[in-house]
Amino acid sequence: MEPLTNRIEHVSRKQMSFWEKIYLPAVLKGMGITFRHMFKKPPTIKYPEKKRVFSPVFRGLQILNRDAEGRENCTACGLCAVACPAEAITMEAAERKAGEEHLYREEKYAAKYEINMLRCIFCGLCEEACPKDAVYLSETVAQANFARKGFIYGKEDLLIPHPLKDPEAFAKAKGSRIKHPEGHGNEH
Amino acid sequence: MLIHTTFLVLDGAVLIEKLILIVLVITGSLVVAMYSTYAERKVAAFMQDRIGPDRAGPFGILQPLADGVKLFFKEEIVPTFSSKFLFILGPCLAMLTAMMVGAVIPWGDTIHVFGRNVSLQIADINIGILYIFGVVSLGVYGIMIGGWASNNKFSLLGAMRAASQIISYELAMGISIIALLMFTGTLSLNEMVNQQKDHWWNIFRQPLGFLIFLVCAFAETNRTPFDLPEAENELIGGYHSEYSSMKLGFYLFSEYINMFLSSAVMVTLFFGGYDIPFVNDAHLGQSIGVNWLALIEGAVLFAKICCFIFLFMWVRWTVPRFRYDQLMNLGWKVLLPLSLLNMLVTGALILLKQNHWHF
Amino acid sequence: MEITKIIFWFLTALALVAAIGVISSKNPIYSVLWLIVVFFAISGHYVLMNAQFLAIVNIIVYAGAIMVLFLFVVMLMNLNADAEPIKNVYMKMAGVISGLTLMIVFVAALSASEQHSTIIRPGTSVGLIENLGRALFNKYVVPFEISSVLFLSAMVGAVVIGKKDPIKRINE
Repeated sequence: MEPLTNRIEHVSRKQMSFWEKIYLPAVLKGMGITFRHMFKKPPTIKYPEKKRVFSPVFRGLQILNRDAEGRENCTACGLCAVACPAEAITMEAAERKAGEEHLYREEKYAAKYEINMLRCIFCGLCEEACPKDAVYLSETVAQANFARKGFIYGKEDLLIPHPLKDPEAFAKAKGSRIKHPEGHGNEH
Repeated sequence: MLIHTTFLVLDGAVLIEKLILIVLVITGSLVVAMYSTYAERKVAAFMQDRIGPDRAGPFGILQPLADGVKLFFKEEIVPTFSSKFLFILGPCLAMLTAMMVGAVIPWGDTIHVFGRNVSLQIADINIGILYIFGVVSLGVYGIMIGGWASNNKFSLLGAMRAASQIISYELAMGISIIALLMFTGTLSLNEMVNQQKDHWWNIFRQPLGFLIFLVCAFAETNRTPFDLPEAENELIGGYHSEYSSMKLGFYLFSEYINMFLSSAVMVTLFFGGYDIPFVNDAHLGQSIGVNWLALIEGAVLFAKICCFIFLFMWVRWTVPRFRYDQLMNLGWKVLLPLSLLNMLVTGALILLKQNHWHF
Repeated sequence: MEITKIIFWFLTALALVAAIGVISSKNPIYSVLWLIVVFFAISGHYVLMNAQFLAIVNIIVYAGAIMVLFLFVVMLMNLNADAEPIKNVYMKMAGVISGLTLMIVFVAALSASEQHSTIIRPGTSVGLIENLGRALFNKYVVPFEISSVLFLSAMVGAVVIGKKDPIKRINE
């Protein structure tokens, strides 16, 4: 029969020689291998003290972005909710009143924006779908929680810190990696 | 030496001196057992390219204490349909028999304190090695009683395995010791050490006997590759699967104490005991004093024991567990004939030597 | 009272209590465990008589090996108080009579050997391993060797019985 793969290994059924039968050489060889491993550098990263750098394509918790003046980008168009394969995103839209121009960039904004982190599969399709560059997948992971309620992230959890009031936190939340430096093509 | 001099004509000073020694040996073996658990985890980690416990104290030095405290504060569970007395007796016996071996091992030469010569051996009985053998053969009771009293199929299977394994390997162990005894001509461990001080270590006279003894020691202490009685992944812990809290701790501890003391026995029988290698102990004793000599000898003995404990761990993290029929085959069809052959050859050589036949 | 006597009486009492425990406990496991205690008490007596070799061999062979096998079998058979068959009165009577007869024999033998009982006293070195070895291999060498041949033949017999029948295996 034609083998399906080239990774077949043929098991040898021949009688073991005396040297193999006493097993001691094999045991000693194995012990040599384990002994050699004692002097190898362990690849462990001691987590709380040392953190591993995320890869450039890492997709973490979502953040809702603000523009340079600190206004929310989101217009509650609902494209991210439609794009979401896990149906994790819900939102409610509201109209911007007069005097709220410094809060929201466009006339419409999201009064409520929730992502259920238990459903979210961190595929990043919301980020792809967003025409306003409002939702990003950042470099953090969802914190553990005792209740399911805690995993439904509201707007207060998702919004990025204000860039003018708290520039440090803003930069941190934005992350060190430059995402889409030239934009992903559907901003406007 | 008659036994009467040791326990029937006890004067106060001897009693105190022996009591101190007993307390020292027991504390010593407990501490060593405690740190063996730490060493085991560290050695395993290093062999698997990991770091191991390193959170409790610097390098995780306090880890055994944390483990002990954890075991003490765990809930005591006694299965409803078990015989409570035997259930508690099991770990006690395991611990007791593990500790008893320490009584006949010479931990060092005689020291001189308060104008008295104090032997660093609790009991220099003239059947020392048989005593060890007897205590080892009793060690299985702790496991059997505990396994049966748990009223659990897996525990019972573990207990059965332990019993048959220990009985099978005891034979080969005993016969390999007999070959050694024919050479040394004494059963007293202290005399054996004294012989090895002046001559070659027994390992060079009895290499095959040592190998058999080593394999049997692994089997008697239930260490991998012979850890079938507790095989975690077939018997979910075997004889101690129903145990919790410090009763479980006793079982685990007794394993490490067994390991420590069987290392001590192997060192004493085959590797010169407390003999300092490449040095004439008596000359050294004259130049630095008896007490310092005893201290160095104790340290040397301890270093040798540590090497053996490391060997136990090294083998554990290298060799996989035997299948049961393989275990029995090895015990009865390989080790027993080999040890008989070893005994025959040894006997023939002694006979040749005694009759001054040269060839 | 000197310490030897205290130990002697303690061991004697222990042996008797444990022996009664062997026959009176319902569960065979407990019987076996009591029997082990008996062996220990007897080993203690050997030590008192300065027969250390006998003491330790008693522990190794009886307590360490034979009793482990007993325990092994009893545990595997899962005998307990419920499984014990009910004995009729005649059996019990027969047991009592044979037991009493045995006791009379023992008492007679012991009273007849009264004058010799001082031969083995504490402090002799008959039981020490060197003397024992000399006695076994000089004076009693023929019975010793014959008994070892007996053991060998028993062992061969056990192997023959335990070996699987090759013809049967083919048929299966």
